[in-house]
Amino acid sequence: MIGGESPEKYQPLPGGSYTPPSGDRGSKILAPLKAEGARGVTIAVVSTVVVFGLLTFAILNSSGWPQIKEAFFDPEVFWDSLGKIMARFGRNVFIFVVAEVFVLILALIIAVTRSLRGPVFTPLRILAAAYTDLFRAVPTILVILLFGFGAPALQIKGVPHSDLFWAIVALVLVYSAYVAEVYRAGIQSVHPSQVASARALGLSRGKTMRFVVVPQAVRRVLPPLLNDFIGLQKDSALIAVLGYTEALREAQIISAANFDFTPFVALALIYIVITIPEARFVDWLVARDQRRLQAVGGV
Amino acid sequence: MAPAAALRIEDLHKSFDQLEVLRGIDLEVDEHEVVGLIGASGSGKSTLLRCINLLEPVNAGRVFIEGEEITARGVDVNRIRQRVGIVFQAFNLFPHMSVLRNVTLGPIEALGASKADAEALATDLLERFGLADKRDDYPDRLSGGQQQRVAIVRALAMKPDVMLLDEVTSALDPELVAEVLNVIRELAAGGMTMVIATHEMGFARDIAHRICFLDEGVILEEGTPEQIFSQPRQERTQRFLESIIEAGRM
Repeated sequence: MIGGESPEKYQPLPGGSYTPPSGDRGSKILAPLKAEGARGVTIAVVSTVVVFGLLTFAILNSSGWPQIKEAFFDPEVFWDSLGKIMARFGRNVFIFVVAEVFVLILALIIAVTRSLRGPVFTPLRILAAAYTDLFRAVPTILVILLFGFGAPALQIKGVPHSDLFWAIVALVLVYSAYVAEVYRAGIQSVHPSQVASARALGLSRGKTMRFVVVPQAVRRVLPPLLNDFIGLQKDSALIAVLGYTEALREAQIISAANFDFTPFVALALIYIVITIPEARFVDWLVARDQRRLQAVGGV
Repeated sequence: MAPAAALRIEDLHKSFDQLEVLRGIDLEVDEHEVVGLIGASGSGKSTLLRCINLLEPVNAGRVFIEGEEITARGVDVNRIRQRVGIVFQAFNLFPHMSVLRNVTLGPIEALGASKADAEALATDLLERFGLADKRDDYPDRLSGGQQQRVAIVRALAMKPDVMLLDEVTSALDPELVAEVLNVIRELAAGGMTMVIATHEMGFARDIAHRICFLDEGVILEEGTPEQIFSQPRQERTQRFLESIIEAGRM
């Protein structure tokens, strides 16, 4: 935070403001071509075809390729296992979608708690800080084992004993710690002059947070939020350690039955296929908001 | 009892750590009066304005709005700020809200106005200041001058008793300054009580009933614009005005 006489004086004037790297990462690889013209495009196409052609040739003709193909890329096993794994993947989708909803809510509460001013809130701030320290430090798989096996074993009345329930709880606890830090960075990135102008209108601290700070903070941290969402998505596979049959466990079972690793490749492919559109969607969201949030004088 | 001044400041002190920015300010502003604050950068103009609506806590001294002490303990600062509008150098519009929402946020969320009432008032004000067609635009679509006019409208929508303008044209390109100054002229003509910190000496001379020259945290000299600009009594005031004339700003 900037302190001092009058925070808005420290801002760069309109036009001179810093613009962070834009969100269109997807086009960066091809972007230099625009400047090169037709000749550049030709060179790019030819060199790309040659390099990738040689690579493919080298791989397909290497001595180990038949074994690799059989162990990882067996078409029969692939098509056979893909449907079963996809059906189980529904469970992963359920796990990470439910977890993400709670993560986004819990993390925001933690981040806002940590941003509270005033001596009264010291214990709350300490709690919030301790929470993020704790759950970022401990390995996710350990938390899942701890809750997934530990909590049901207590057999306390009223406490759910579903391992799925506790696994989701574990994921929510871990990822909320990360996402809270992302939110907090976003909250801190909103310039103090925005708070000053909301407060100058007579808005309370709470309403300033709700209407002015958080909406801008969330828009700014969409890319890192997606990062953590993808992390959560992948870590839904950790629930396999509890013996819960989600997609990874299913792939493992088919793999063991066939002495073949192709099911794992199929599952990897599923993860890739769902992640890419998510990334493009966030790029689109960021590009849409960027101009609005960056272009305003001095902010 | 005579009617209380719109704004009264008694022996106001404000420090940032070791640095004493305001060293005892006394100022009284009558209703419908326009006071121009001039002085070098760092003389305390902005800090004084920010203290008046309690954006900065004061160290000592008292501030009264319409006779009510706002620096007293237990005063609801949100209620005070609703009565004192402030416009900043850097506009500080909310970039994620449309112009209309920028203007209605305060009335709806701080004053508890209905959405319909707030929007009707906002539309009226925007029309009055030539911004009716910008109603649904976001701030990034507006020029600096338009943004600053929206910021003024946003403050006006709270129907404040006093308006504080903190170098509102300093961040504008020269060709955009006039449109903002004209808005302020119109406010003055409408009887709005205002305290204006500015570097636009010609404008201050035109519009202010009284000029206060701030120097090192005190009001070194005050008087009518004619007196301050034509026959400044203090040597420091003379030197400040000379430097302004040299810079071609008057």
